[in-house]
Amino acid sequence: MAQANVNFVTRYRQMLSRPASVALWVVLAFGFVAGIVFWGGFNTGLEATNTEAFCISCHEMENNVYEEYRETIHFSNRSGVRATCPDCHVPKDWTHKIVRKVQASKELWGKMTGFIDTREKFQANRKEMAQREWQRMEENDSRECRNCHNYDYMDFSEQGRRAAGRHSTALEAGTETCIDCHKGIAHELPDMSDVKGWH
Amino acid sequence: MKKLLAIILGCILTGGFLSLPTLADTGGLSSLRGTTDLDSVPNAEEMKRVPKDRIAIERDYLHQPPVIPHQVRGYNVNLKGHKCLSCHSWKNYKKAGATKISLTHFDTRDGQQLSDVSPSRYFCDQCHVTQADAKPLVKSDFKSVDALTH
Repeated sequence: MAQANVNFVTRYRQMLSRPASVALWVVLAFGFVAGIVFWGGFNTGLEATNTEAFCISCHEMENNVYEEYRETIHFSNRSGVRATCPDCHVPKDWTHKIVRKVQASKELWGKMTGFIDTREKFQANRKEMAQREWQRMEENDSRECRNCHNYDYMDFSEQGRRAAGRHSTALEAGTETCIDCHKGIAHELPDMSDVKGWH
Repeated sequence: MKKLLAIILGCILTGGFLSLPTLADTGGLSSLRGTTDLDSVPNAEEMKRVPKDRIAIERDYLHQPPVIPHQVRGYNVNLKGHKCLSCHSWKNYKKAGATKISLTHFDTRDGQQLSDVSPSRYFCDQCHVTQADAKPLVKSDFKSVDALTH
């Protein structure tokens, strides 16, 4: 038995130290194919969680935020262009997307423990959740808004007086970012009594 | 008793031959809903468009609540927040370049002055409304008093 083991070890050490050239290429080819399959599979899986259908497969999302969002401009409008949940809530570029996806594991825990599984619980926690999202957008200069709304291509003559006034000053100077004014444009607001800029 | 029954029967029988107006009939009157019978739904009016944004609209009579010269889609006024006051409050009007809310709106119905907007004046759109590109429903030759003529 010991003899067989030694043979086994030496045989494999020899194979690894002096591999037949064919075997080397076969291993490389397998690795290449496996890489494509796994990486592609990972990305496909990641993209599957980046769809609205996935988001509203949980009743917490479908019955609260999605329902509220259906009445707003980003869901129904004259031209039929739509933003879906991940367009605003998941970064587009890879690095930030992965960071956000890892953070989202906390949301899975919330789902499992029923953190907001009733409307009452959702309302009770709305402020905390909204503030977290506002803070995220303040810190990244409303990056997800700007995926579609690019300041450089805004035509102020097409905007209303109020909008053009604010956009050409505070937004231009960078002293304020989209979310500073545009809160509650897609979902109901929490209690705003102590939020900056609100009465 | 027999006589009474006969009268009732007679009424019912003759009733069928008289052309009494039905309940749904408008009686030839044209109202805001047109001349559509009351038991059918008239065609909906075309949707009116609220202009996006323009300068303040002058008042037409004394004590007229100023009308809203901009769109208010999605502006919520409820227990949690007051979108109008995020620009029109005394705290925010300067920065927003908006008209500030009248001091009279700090009074209760009994004339007591409060430190903030009175709850009885909380719902702005009970008096202040947006304007649309609609034709007047009835003809009017109303003229403002001289002091307000512009």
